[in-house]
Amino acid sequence: MKKFLSIVFVLILGGLIINHLASNNLIPRFGDVVLTDRVSDAYIDRDVNGGDEDVAFGESEDLESGAANTVTAIVADYRSFDTLGEVTVLFVSSLGVALLLGQSKRRIGLEFKPNFMLKIGSRALFAIILMTGVYVILHGHLTPGGGFPGGVMIASSMLLLYLADDEFRAKMRGFKVLESMMGLLYIALGLIALFISGVFLENFMDNGTLGTLFSAGMIPLVYSIIGLKVGSEISSVIDHFLSEEGAS
Amino acid sequence: MLINVLETLVSILLIVLAFLALSSKSLIKSVMFLSSLSMLSVLAFVLMKAPDVALTEAVIGSGLVTTLFVFTLLATRKVGQKQ
Repeated sequence: MKKFLSIVFVLILGGLIINHLASNNLIPRFGDVVLTDRVSDAYIDRDVNGGDEDVAFGESEDLESGAANTVTAIVADYRSFDTLGEVTVLFVSSLGVALLLGQSKRRIGLEFKPNFMLKIGSRALFAIILMTGVYVILHGHLTPGGGFPGGVMIASSMLLLYLADDEFRAKMRGFKVLESMMGLLYIALGLIALFISGVFLENFMDNGTLGTLFSAGMIPLVYSIIGLKVGSEISSVIDHFLSEEGAS
Repeated sequence: MLINVLETLVSILLIVLAFLALSSKSLIKSVMFLSSLSMLSVLAFVLMKAPDVALTEAVIGSGLVTTLFVFTLLATRKVGQKQ
């Protein structure tokens, strides 16, 4: 009876939502949107402040935002202040985990004993995953990815070490120092931009040629900072999750 | 045409996997269904031409969250079970 009622409820609610969306004139039909009227077109052409130059990969120089990946151009350049807020959200959640589980000292033992092959294989995989994370961070302005996925990749390589070794404990003090240093550095970068160009977190460095590794000015710097910060934060969250109360 | 068929297939499979993850009695099976759900949603994101979201979903959804869930299930014990 309960299941039947919930199915009826879901059907009525879904019908209402679909009916409302179908009869709403504010939302255009799929494929009928004129993109040149939308703000996203200005982000793609890099002419938010006016101007109508064509953008060509590998040729255009000194654009408004030099990142070849448009998502990165928005996240780390046009909307860098939002990213600062996002980093703060992650910091607060990691702080909450540390407050709740910070007393725990001893590592949780695993139900199974990791054998020799698992230990050695995960050491090799650790290096590969770490390298992929660093690659994703450093090429954030060229290819999909960036600071957040790359940082989580670094953290998951740490998680692999935890999985493969019973006794493994990362040195958390170093991670905490790294995390706070990176948070400070991000704000310091914003303040430097404020002094140089008058806008907080403005991209004040040379943009270079679109599509080359050393381009996009401040974006690789910002993404390295974010990547290291996210990586150390999530690593410390993992460490807190995998330890329990009791003396070490 | 082929892409349309693939998209339809993926969305039906997503709903089926979400239902299985909710309704399965064993917790570890539920986690496995959830993991395959996020793996399939990576495919859906790639089909919708959002590689950035797909990368994040692959790393967080099917990598980190699944491993953390499995770790937690390994570390917890049923009431009355011996150490």
